[in-house]
Amino acid sequence: MPKLVIDDKEIEVPDDMTVLQAAAEAGIEIPVFCYHPKLSIAGNCRMCLVEVKNTPKPVASCAMPVCEGMVVHTNSAMVKKARKGVLEFLLINHPLDCPICDQGGECDLQDITMAYGRSSSRFDLNKRAVPDKEFGPLIETAMNRCIQCTRCVRFSSEIVGIPELGAMGRGEDMEIGTYVQKTVTSELSGNMIDICPVGALTSKPYSFKGRSWELAHTPSIDVFDAVGSAIRVDTRGREVMRILPRQNDEINETWISDKTRFAYDGLKYQRLDQPYARREDGLLHPVGWNEAFSLIADRLQHVPGDHIAALAGDMVDAEAMVALKDLMTSLGSPHVDCRQEGSSVGMGPRCSYLFNTTIAGIEQADFCLLIGTNPRWEAPLINARIRKNYLFNNLPVASIGPTYPLGYPVSDLGNDPLILEKILKGKHPICSALKTAKKPILILGQGALRRDDGDVILRLTQEIADKYGFVQKVWNGFNVLQIAASRVAGLDLSFVPGAKGYGAQKILEGAKKKKIEVVYLLAADEIDVRLLESAFVIYQGHHGDRGATVADVILPGCAYTEKEGTYVNTEGRVQKTLKATPPPGEAKEDWKIIKALSDKLGLSLPYATPKEIQARLVEVNPLFDEVDRIQPSFWKPFGREGDVNPIPFEFAIQNFYMTDSISRHSRTMAKCVQQILGWEKAHV
Amino acid sequence: MTAFKFSKENAERVKEILTHYPPDRKASAILPLFELAQRQCGGWLPKEAIEAITEMLEVSLIRGYEVATFYTMFNLKPMGKYHLQVCGTTPCMLRGSEDLKGVCKRHLGIENKETTKDGLFTLTEVECIGACANAPVVQINDDYFEDLDEKSFLKILEDLKADRKVKPGSAIGRQGSAPEKRRAHAKGK
Amino acid sequence: MLKVSDRIFTNLYGTHDWRLKGAEARGDWDKTKTLISKGKDWIIQEITASGLRGRGGAGFPTGRKWGFMPPDDGKTPRYLVINADESEPGTCKDRDILRFEPHKLIEGALIAAVAIGAHVGYIYIRGEFYAEANHLEEAIVEAYKAGLLGKNAAKSGWDFDLYVHRGAGAYICGEETALLESLEGRKGMPRLKPPFPAIVGLYGCPTIVNNVETLAVVPTILRRGASWFGGIGTPNNAGTKIYCLSGHVNTPCNVEEAMGIPLKELIEKYGGGVRGGWDNLLAVIPGGSSVPLIPKDVCEKVLMDFTSLAEVKSGLGTGGVIVMDKSTDIVRAIARLSKFYMHESCGQCTPCREGTGWLWRMLIRLADGIGSPKDIDVLEEVTYEIEGHTICALGDAAAWPVQGLIRHFRPELERRLKMNHVA
Repeated sequence: MPKLVIDDKEIEVPDDMTVLQAAAEAGIEIPVFCYHPKLSIAGNCRMCLVEVKNTPKPVASCAMPVCEGMVVHTNSAMVKKARKGVLEFLLINHPLDCPICDQGGECDLQDITMAYGRSSSRFDLNKRAVPDKEFGPLIETAMNRCIQCTRCVRFSSEIVGIPELGAMGRGEDMEIGTYVQKTVTSELSGNMIDICPVGALTSKPYSFKGRSWELAHTPSIDVFDAVGSAIRVDTRGREVMRILPRQNDEINETWISDKTRFAYDGLKYQRLDQPYARREDGLLHPVGWNEAFSLIADRLQHVPGDHIAALAGDMVDAEAMVALKDLMTSLGSPHVDCRQEGSSVGMGPRCSYLFNTTIAGIEQADFCLLIGTNPRWEAPLINARIRKNYLFNNLPVASIGPTYPLGYPVSDLGNDPLILEKILKGKHPICSALKTAKKPILILGQGALRRDDGDVILRLTQEIADKYGFVQKVWNGFNVLQIAASRVAGLDLSFVPGAKGYGAQKILEGAKKKKIEVVYLLAADEIDVRLLESAFVIYQGHHGDRGATVADVILPGCAYTEKEGTYVNTEGRVQKTLKATPPPGEAKEDWKIIKALSDKLGLSLPYATPKEIQARLVEVNPLFDEVDRIQPSFWKPFGREGDVNPIPFEFAIQNFYMTDSISRHSRTMAKCVQQILGWEKAHV
Repeated sequence: MTAFKFSKENAERVKEILTHYPPDRKASAILPLFELAQRQCGGWLPKEAIEAITEMLEVSLIRGYEVATFYTMFNLKPMGKYHLQVCGTTPCMLRGSEDLKGVCKRHLGIENKETTKDGLFTLTEVECIGACANAPVVQINDDYFEDLDEKSFLKILEDLKADRKVKPGSAIGRQGSAPEKRRAHAKGK
Repeated sequence: MLKVSDRIFTNLYGTHDWRLKGAEARGDWDKTKTLISKGKDWIIQEITASGLRGRGGAGFPTGRKWGFMPPDDGKTPRYLVINADESEPGTCKDRDILRFEPHKLIEGALIAAVAIGAHVGYIYIRGEFYAEANHLEEAIVEAYKAGLLGKNAAKSGWDFDLYVHRGAGAYICGEETALLESLEGRKGMPRLKPPFPAIVGLYGCPTIVNNVETLAVVPTILRRGASWFGGIGTPNNAGTKIYCLSGHVNTPCNVEEAMGIPLKELIEKYGGGVRGGWDNLLAVIPGGSSVPLIPKDVCEKVLMDFTSLAEVKSGLGTGGVIVMDKSTDIVRAIARLSKFYMHESCGQCTPCREGTGWLWRMLIRLADGIGSPKDIDVLEEVTYEIEGHTICALGDAAAWPVQGLIRHFRPELERRLKMNHVA
């Protein structure tokens, strides 16, 4: 550990640190533009120049490794002069259009100029004009403002792994762009807006919509996939203006997916803002809460408990699920399922449905086997971690299933589920790689599990994991990649059929056969709603989406930005959303709706305050007491013996930009479907 | 333009070029291959060639495009049959390169980066081409024409127009970069 | 003055056969095997003792550079890269070696490869040197056929493959790390240092980058002895050097002379004197466009070596001497250099990308006498804001000529401003 002196402060730091990092450790700020902690070092902006004793020229601190006895000055005359010079150079061709620039107020160039620049420019010539570029529906460009820091270029080639941006030309004519005006296609592209230190890349949907200082910030959790990315919801009044990432190195680092970032406009359209009931005319009419509850109570009066069923959707919070489960139990119904798509897996021990390696743990893996998954669409941030491991350690990745460009080389083993049996028997060429790997991981996608033989595949995979040392004392390389934000909590709360209970598939079939008379859809939309036509359907949710079309009574709930809700991500990490805006109209928090209904039904659930519902969660499963942490899960046998169906796997997500009731109503996402996926018509 | 393909002869050359670099460093061949493609395409590098070569070398398209736009010798649009590259940097400027540009303007009617209507000549003022002791210098396609003045340059242009052979090298008969004998001698007197 | 018998480049003008036969007749490839058999340590020692300094412009001692190579681990490849990207305005010496003395370079490359433990070498030649590259490639083919390259090259027991790699128009690729980037198939953007190429060079492997002239003199030094080479020139500035005389001299030319020859002698003797006589001299850029100009009075006495030219705040650089007589519009002459640097800036780092164009635009305005004396101060300050603040030396190279202009010709700049004011 070398010792060095920075601005008279002595500090001892690890020897792989740079002077810039050491200064940060010592609490000394050095201004930067091109440097970004998650990207490679470019050293091109020259903003971070510092003086190092016995070196004639100032040194770029972002690139200079520390060494013993170094004496660094970050505030000497030499440094001040260098900084003033660099800022003056950056500003000679940067337009002074801060008043109309969306970056205004949160612009690195603005802030750093205020702190370190000269008060006026001596440049009295014409500024350079750079044509704007067309990057697609998400990113607005104003290339006159570009300071050529190349953060976006490095992001695209390093983090995404599918290079789409480059710096064309040279010298003062160097321009950032894509290959001949090609649209940016990455699902992580919005992050370029965040890392752009100026207003060259800004959010297209947010263009000219607001100023950063008008916005209130609410830290929260994303629910568009099961990763649980840390987000910040920026609001003005009752409106969500934009969504940005928060740093959480265990989960999303500093990135979020484009759906997480841009689907928020879906929160404004097709909202359920008051209860509805279907009248004799066959149409839904607005009703009051009381009337809605009465209709339900009347309908339930003569229905036996095992003729009632409930399905929970993919974005539902744990509170609502525990309340609904309790209500169903009170009604005497064993037919509940949080696996609306009809999957049969998830009844086993916790390790059978979690991403056991953890997201950050991916970085330690030395071999990765993908089974029936397209992580780029199912969990873009997990894909980014795999890519990161590839970037730094050349992680070998193999895949069984359909293929898709993931941003790192994948050896395609073919799309034949029977390969799993061959691997188990040691009769596949990949076996030697599995044997030599010290920390192998496998990622089992929903494409492999959402089939009739899902739990056979689950068992087979566990046997493979056991045979090839995927699970060791301090290493668990067995991973199920969940794609629904609500799923792990649902399974943790046993929101699955009880004894003699029906799973989702049977509930729907039962409804068709009129065996099931009443179906409670808790924001469950990813189902074949035509099967429910003869049942009495209670739909509780926030969007007038698929489920609402067959509803007899609609109870308006909250979207994830409008409530405090508990979610458990695919790693098994308990996290909470915070309320950023009030829900529209008469909509209410979901568990409170269920509680109120229970009162109406005379089955009063024993909790009325947030504290009490939390206590109930912990009562059902103590792990809900451990927020933001992952509880260890124990390795036990799971799955079912049986024959593997040789039908090839299919990806669980067919259209990344529209997976749920919010993104289906987002106009931004519709544009992405058209312009990025190139689909003629958005499938709304 | 349809997909680009190297001619049979050039495809052989490509194979040979690729042996110069380690097998996992094929990208190194990008400049030679672009150059070869440009030669094959009559002095310019079409998009299709960039696409074919980047694919061949397993370089991402955007990296290939960066390279094509960075180096001045790659022409991304069609050029005249004769690319007049008049060196304009100081050593040539001191010895009359401005006059040579004037010849192009007066006799061909073209300025920097323009092509004559008949597609015969494109004029580019280039930066130092490294023949300063024989200034002023004009590179026409591959060949250096040295020690020029308005008269000798005009003669070359006229010969080219008439499809007559022109001889590269010194216009005043110097041997390489040796001092001109006539003047050295005259000075001695 | 250099004795004719001490000249290394006896075919500098191409008066004789440049092919292998002619080269051998001039003494090239003579007992190369014996030289190599004395071992890499001996080679490095001899070159160090000879006092040879790099001829590409920076003048770094060649023997010391070779000594920077890390010990051979037997696994990691090591590379020799030859910088034939000659593009510095005023410089055209390597061109003559490439087209008329290619075998000197090839032999020097083999010896250097042995010294640094490289089995593969690349000659990165600027793309514009089309005919030169053809000569070089032909010479390499000859050398392979004669067993001088390839397996057991020149029967030395050392395997060495040498390839020509053509550039495509970028001055910056003369910067050694930009050259490596370009050789790897990317834009020629200089790398951050450290690490230096000797540790992390081509393909991340230990690499030495040497200039053409530097390597071409190596065989002769070894054959004639370090003390012979060291005996030529001035202290710390050993040996011979090819100078390029361009601009306003009566007989522009390249010539090999001793290091430390007086500038005036060089101009008078080989350049046939300044056009219109010595008194018609205005200024000289003595070492390629990157070094500051020196006015006539300095030219009277200064010697052409690293030390003497540094003392007058200029430099030997590449030895490209650009002579300007009194007819020269000195402001435009320097402005044209600024335009060159603007055009050749890779665009990577801020001060050079933004500053070079600003310098040029200020200069052409001042050349027309537009502005105020304060603008001269701004111009000068801007050069100091570029200098020393960039990744590579192109920023410095862009700044120095302008600093030289202001240092020696400020009154001329002021005169123009005044003239314009009166008119």
